[in-house]
Amino acid sequence: MELYLTRHFGKPEAKTLAGYEKLGGFRTARKALTMKPEEIVAQVKAANLRGRGGAGFPAGVKWGFLPDNGRPRYLVVNADEGEPGTFKDRRLMEQDPFQLLEGILITCHAIRAKTAYIYVRGELITAARTLDAAIEEMRAKRYLGQRCMGTPVELDIFVHRGAGAYICGEETALLNSLEGKRGEPRLKPPFPAVAGAFADPTIVNNVETISAVPHIIEKGGAWFAGLGVEGDGGVRIFGVSGHVRKPGLYERPVGYNLRQLILEDCGGIRGGNQLKGVIPGGSSTPVLLPSEIDVPLSIAGLQAAGTMIGSAAIIVFDETTCVVRAMWRLARFYHHESCGQCTPCRDGCGWIEDILTRIENGRGTRADLETLEKTARGMSGTTICPLADACSMPTLAFLRKFRSEFEEHIEKQACPHGNRFVAPWEVK
Amino acid sequence: MTWNPAPRIEEKLEKILKAYPDKRAACLPALFLAQDELGWVPDDVMVWVSEKLGMPKSQVEGVATFYTMFNKKQVGKYHLELCTNISCSLCGAEQVLHALEDELGIKVKQTTEDGMFTLHEVECLATCGMGPAMQVGEVIYEELTPEKVPAIIAELRKKG
Ligand SMILES: Cc1cc2nc3c(=O)[nH]c(=O)nc-3n(C[C@H](O)[C@H](O)[C@H](O)COP(=O)(O)O)c2cc1C
Ligand code: SF4
Ligand code: FES
Repeated sequence: MELYLTRHFGKPEAKTLAGYEKLGGFRTARKALTMKPEEIVAQVKAANLRGRGGAGFPAGVKWGFLPDNGRPRYLVVNADEGEPGTFKDRRLMEQDPFQLLEGILITCHAIRAKTAYIYVRGELITAARTLDAAIEEMRAKRYLGQRCMGTPVELDIFVHRGAGAYICGEETALLNSLEGKRGEPRLKPPFPAVAGAFADPTIVNNVETISAVPHIIEKGGAWFAGLGVEGDGGVRIFGVSGHVRKPGLYERPVGYNLRQLILEDCGGIRGGNQLKGVIPGGSSTPVLLPSEIDVPLSIAGLQAAGTMIGSAAIIVFDETTCVVRAMWRLARFYHHESCGQCTPCRDGCGWIEDILTRIENGRGTRADLETLEKTARGMSGTTICPLADACSMPTLAFLRKFRSEFEEHIEKQACPHGNRFVAPWEVK
Repeated sequence: MTWNPAPRIEEKLEKILKAYPDKRAACLPALFLAQDELGWVPDDVMVWVSEKLGMPKSQVEGVATFYTMFNKKQVGKYHLELCTNISCSLCGAEQVLHALEDELGIKVKQTTEDGMFTLHEVECLATCGMGPAMQVGEVIYEELTPEKVPAIIAELRKKG
């Protein structure tokens, strides 16, 4: 299979401007800067490029929402990669920084933005440094500035580092954080396209979304669309982690079979163990049972299976795994990361964590299971941002699909996997 | 009392300010500048940021406390941040955490008496396929096992 997004991974020369150009880089940007912005938007629309950050909104359609009000426009690249299980954007920035920067150049011309910010998660220090160095090289060669690559297009790109808050991956929290505020999500509307960074029209897109743009402009929107499935085009980077023999990043066409990816491409389950479950799109997405993984990896394919493709982060676990403990770890994460603005989220994530702590510690009761379910249900759809759902949806799925294991914890008053403590340092 | 950094820090801040249409947007970068120098963000840094960016000190504090990466207390010379989130946990991060605690003679969230090491659990470090993972400053250790822990600590001790 030909690779596009990851074709430069493992090639150190791609990290210098000269090396990237030798590999064919910036040819597409040069072409794109002479195209009409509308033509670029039309190609991206035709490509059926769906956002790779989690929500899957069609990128070209989003770009069309910018109002013509004469205000400055911004592109903000979401590089806050923090959804547990997700590890593609870090590599895209560290291994092929110019692919992203070329994508930014083309996108900014398309949406007529003169400033782009890359909001890089604070922990990803190497990614931020790699991008900073690459941007400096582009400035020195006048690929950025008043006249990018000798054309009338004006653009500068800045790296803005986050400082440790998962919620800043949510686009409006990210914009607050970019403005130097606490990273609390904003009520929508207004959407960022209308009032985003510094209250001006702003497009927020994921690193992988923007990294795909040069390929679309090079080979055409129809070509990209044809790689994927109806309404969901191109290739994606699937990050497989957990109990497979060969975890890692796998670039595959949208619509690729999940079972084939895990059992064949990733070499199956470690130690010849039995597969127990798969979280298909990052920690916020409902778990699938082994009998449910014969599905196409597309937005619609996973929706039909009752879950979501999210950030395409596939977490695989085998028979040795305690699902109560796995869910407890996620609940603890969401509780820690809730920004606290909405009561159902702040309290709900905490209750879920507490109840799971109790059950895993062998102190759970039957009533706990009902409270767990009721709490999780009550959190949905009542909050400013979807973080509450990100905690409640996987909780409900684990509870429904592995109910007997929860019950076993309660009947035995112990973890059947022999985990005596949830975590000795955190027992409440 | 306000922080009084070296001129080169002030110059860096001046350059950062050019990236934004609003000074306050430099709040996180300014706090990072200080933390890179001092290892944490003491009270006088909050005063400095509030003066430089023209925002109330309480607002700077509100920002600094929101983000986990700003150290509100001094940390050890080596800040060990081990991911114990789901993918790393599935691959044995808890055992690695206990091995680190044993090797250092401290519990998580503590600092060794000699001030060399602080141990923290952190959330997903975005390298889940290579877990368990630990970040120490700019270095990331991957595919950790309890057996690998003593050598890593010994090496850091030797570096001093
Ligand atoms: C709690 C939460 C965390 C998120 N984290 C990220 C993230 O780390 N990276 C990302 O690109 N999108 C993240 N998103 C999605 C963004 O809000 C937004 O949809 C996305 O950046 C848009 O870009 P795209 O259309 O290219 O995917 C998150 C959303 C929520 C609700
Ligand atoms: S749902 Fe949770 S994270 Fe989102 S705004 Fe409300 S409290 Fe904050
Ligand atoms: S879960 Fe540990 S790096 Fe992602």
